Amino acid sequence: MGVEITSPNFKANAREALDDNSLQKALGLTVEKGFIKKRRLAADALPEFEALRDAARDIKNHTLDHLDLYIEAFEKKVVENGGHVHFAEDAAAARQIALDICRKAGARTVTKGKSMITEEVGLNDFLQENGIVPIETDLGEYIIQLRGEHPSHIIAPAIHVNKAQVEAEFRRVHTALPPDRDLREPESLLAEARGILRDRFLAADVGVTGANFCVAETGTTIIVTNEGNGDLTQTLPRVHVVFASIEKIVPTLEDASQILRVLARSATGQDMSVYTTFSTGPKRPEDPDGPEEFHVILLDNGRSALLGTPFQEMLRCIRCGACMNHCPVYQAIGGHAYGWVYPGPIGSVLTPAVIGIEQSMHLPSASTFCGRCEGVCPMRIPLPKLMRLWRDKAHDEKVVPTAQRFGLGLWVLLARRPKLYHLAMSVGMPLLAAFAGSRGRFRSLPFAGGWTRHRDLPAPQGRTFQQQWRARRFGR
Amino acid sequence: MNGRDAVLGKIRQALGAGADKAARQAAVDQRLATAPRGVIPARGQLPDADRIAFFIEMAEKYNASVARAATADQVPAAIAEFLRAHNLPPNLRRGDDPRLAALPFDKTPNIEITTGASDGSDPVGLSHALAGVAESGTLVLTSGGDNPTTLNFLPDTHIVLVSASDIHGDYETAWDQIRGQFGKGALPRSVNWVTGPSRSADIEQTLLLGAHGPRRLHIIVVG
Amino acid sequence: MNSGPEKTTVGLFVTCLVDLMRPSVGFAAVKLMEDAGCVVEVPAAQTCCGQPAFNSGDRGNARVIAMQVIAAFEAYDHVVAPSGSCAGMLKLHYPELLADDPGWSARAEAFAAKVHELTSFLVDVLGVQAVSADYGETVTYHDSCSGLRELGVRDQPRLLLDSVEGLSLTEMENADVCCGFGGLFCVKYSDISNAIVAKKTDKIAATGATTLLAGDLGCLMNMAGKLSREGRTVAVRHVAEVLAGMADETPIGGERKAKG
Repeated sequence: MGVEITSPNFKANAREALDDNSLQKALGLTVEKGFIKKRRLAADALPEFEALRDAARDIKNHTLDHLDLYIEAFEKKVVENGGHVHFAEDAAAARQIALDICRKAGARTVTKGKSMITEEVGLNDFLQENGIVPIETDLGEYIIQLRGEHPSHIIAPAIHVNKAQVEAEFRRVHTALPPDRDLREPESLLAEARGILRDRFLAADVGVTGANFCVAETGTTIIVTNEGNGDLTQTLPRVHVVFASIEKIVPTLEDASQILRVLARSATGQDMSVYTTFSTGPKRPEDPDGPEEFHVILLDNGRSALLGTPFQEMLRCIRCGACMNHCPVYQAIGGHAYGWVYPGPIGSVLTPAVIGIEQSMHLPSASTFCGRCEGVCPMRIPLPKLMRLWRDKAHDEKVVPTAQRFGLGLWVLLARRPKLYHLAMSVGMPLLAAFAGSRGRFRSLPFAGGWTRHRDLPAPQGRTFQQQWRARRFGR
Repeated sequence: MNGRDAVLGKIRQALGAGADKAARQAAVDQRLATAPRGVIPARGQLPDADRIAFFIEMAEKYNASVARAATADQVPAAIAEFLRAHNLPPNLRRGDDPRLAALPFDKTPNIEITTGASDGSDPVGLSHALAGVAESGTLVLTSGGDNPTTLNFLPDTHIVLVSASDIHGDYETAWDQIRGQFGKGALPRSVNWVTGPSRSADIEQTLLLGAHGPRRLHIIVVG
Repeated sequence: MNSGPEKTTVGLFVTCLVDLMRPSVGFAAVKLMEDAGCVVEVPAAQTCCGQPAFNSGDRGNARVIAMQVIAAFEAYDHVVAPSGSCAGMLKLHYPELLADDPGWSARAEAFAAKVHELTSFLVDVLGVQAVSADYGETVTYHDSCSGLRELGVRDQPRLLLDSVEGLSLTEMENADVCCGFGGLFCVKYSDISNAIVAKKTDKIAATGATTLLAGDLGCLMNMAGKLSREGRTVAVRHVAEVLAGMADETPIGGERKAKG
């Protein structure tokens, strides 16, 4: 149950992604030319941006160190305001809690705001199997739900889908609309989705959203959107269910405001997203609108095990997507290749924590450690360091392939014995140079297929530096 | 064991929380009580006139349109002008905010006004914001009978009034104002920060306005 | 600007790739530092910095190699590598690897304080502002990731290149974006690495530069190999070779002229 895991097939997934022209075009346009530039402009325009990153990091560190107490404070406030807090140890528990709430509400349809946590627990499939229709309302999420896919980016879920594909999907599904309608422009696609989803919002019995933050001071959950779908999702139905993982807690409204200042700038380059909504409990007696019930499902799903370990830093993540936008690997292959819910550097650290390193060893391994992710992470998460820690674990648990262990072992054997090393190399390198001849490079070489499949291997110059240096020194 | 005890127990165990319970609780209580401010961007810390001008500049950057009215008396005419200019129907829905109720719409008789929450059929919503925040051109709206939340999202056009004296440099000052009004640790059911009209870039990253919420956001700064 | 203090001793950490593949870079580094007044020595007890082990999760062996390097180099005033990646390993990751070892952590910290990437050493430590070299080509410069982001190497090579007679620098777009080398990454995830380096060679070609320079031989071999596979004629060199006026050597992966 839950999202299908294809992380073990990472290499094959990646090859498929590399051959997908439409994906490649989208990644170049959206990520490389779009998000990166927008983030840089927004960060450069705010002199306090780096200081805010420090402040945001410190707030989360403090919160995580006192997480049990802040969760209790949050819970107390939610209850005071007439809401309910449910604790879920794992995905199955979270799904069941949500289903029970829906059943109690007699729900037939559930509208959903964008929520990676509900992706993580596989909520949609579960509700569907139990006779309840979940409807994604974020435009991108709606598109991929129609296509039977999962998000390929945490803030731009349909980044891999092009306009023509959206049109085809809408024509396939929206059969009540005139077949000769013009859907060539993005505007008309948006208008059609808006019309269809507006009816769904008004008809839904339960609205499910995620939470960007949970504020302990007031028992408030916060969502950040640009479309307004999250607000319609949580304002119109009779019941509002919030899915949040335990690390979403922040102490105060001031703390949330600090982190909000780096969130949108890092994600889309906006100074602030269009709608930042602070929800506190169900509707009050004097309120003319709003949900009658307010439920928060706090999900652990492996996160508590990261506390008190070096991976605790990972729990600062606010899901802005900057790490994947700036990752050369993500830029090359997109999100689906990673094979689970969270792609990019953040996925490469989080995924092993949830599904286990045996299944996900490729993810932390497939990084050049270029460090660009850490350079832009608003929460200053040392992503390369954490990926390396997963490699340590994979090495210790011997899930590394034999050939790799053997090759590395041989290299280490030499590297640890300088005399033997220099002897071997002073024989080997001149031979290799001679073998290359005047061409100066190899187009293919035994045992170097990984290199020469796509590029030539420059040949060594001949005698090693150490050889020549010693010769010169003795000559002097 | 129930889910609550299991999750909190695992967290405590992982954090090694135990003997220092009192000190940890004190740290938490203190932060919740004092709500320390962090880094406040200098960009919004301006004299009144400049701060309002910066608020307008930022709101316009995010595709809101902004008009000014020296007094509340001038608001109906400003609204009428906006509706005419955009060829919008003269039907407004508003909440019970006394500042909205007191607007002299008798001078613009063709504007029809209804009150209460929206069911999605209203072309234009009229709200009064609690505050504005200059640093990002953000409106701060609060739920309740005065300004129903549905008016922020369902109508195609949202007209929002904000008092010039409620335009702050930063979010933190807006929180102070809210705490002054609702009490420490308490919030209305919904606080909505709104920065421009609804938008989506989910189709090939083409920026389109009016995804699910209003297509147009018109702000009138009063005073 | 004058050179640094007399008799500054430098231990050259030549790096395994320079030692094995392109010794001319090592000699260029030696010349640059000797010209600036340093006494350069090359300890024989060096092989590799241990990154292949460290980045493969084999901390045990990485630690042993780290100790070996520290022991061989800690007597020098400075330790310099013609590579941001290896210098970053020595400077940042050795202390991290040995942090829990009471016998070694202080030694690792003291050692790390003396480690520099070559161009950063010349400019930031020795105060070198100009070199005496000429190179009548249009070059473009790739910022290797570790040097750039771990050690802040960006302006130093450009400052020195600016003083090279006849050289003009045309910046490529995304000069600070990874070339897809990443050590073992480029062979383990060859297809992904290829996609990344192909974008890089497009940017290089778009500048119209006749020479590509960088400060890390791994990245240079990767880009040179791709350029040559694509049939592009850009010459590829380590920045030290140009700065030292030793650019008569055949470019990386280039066809050799018969030599005496």
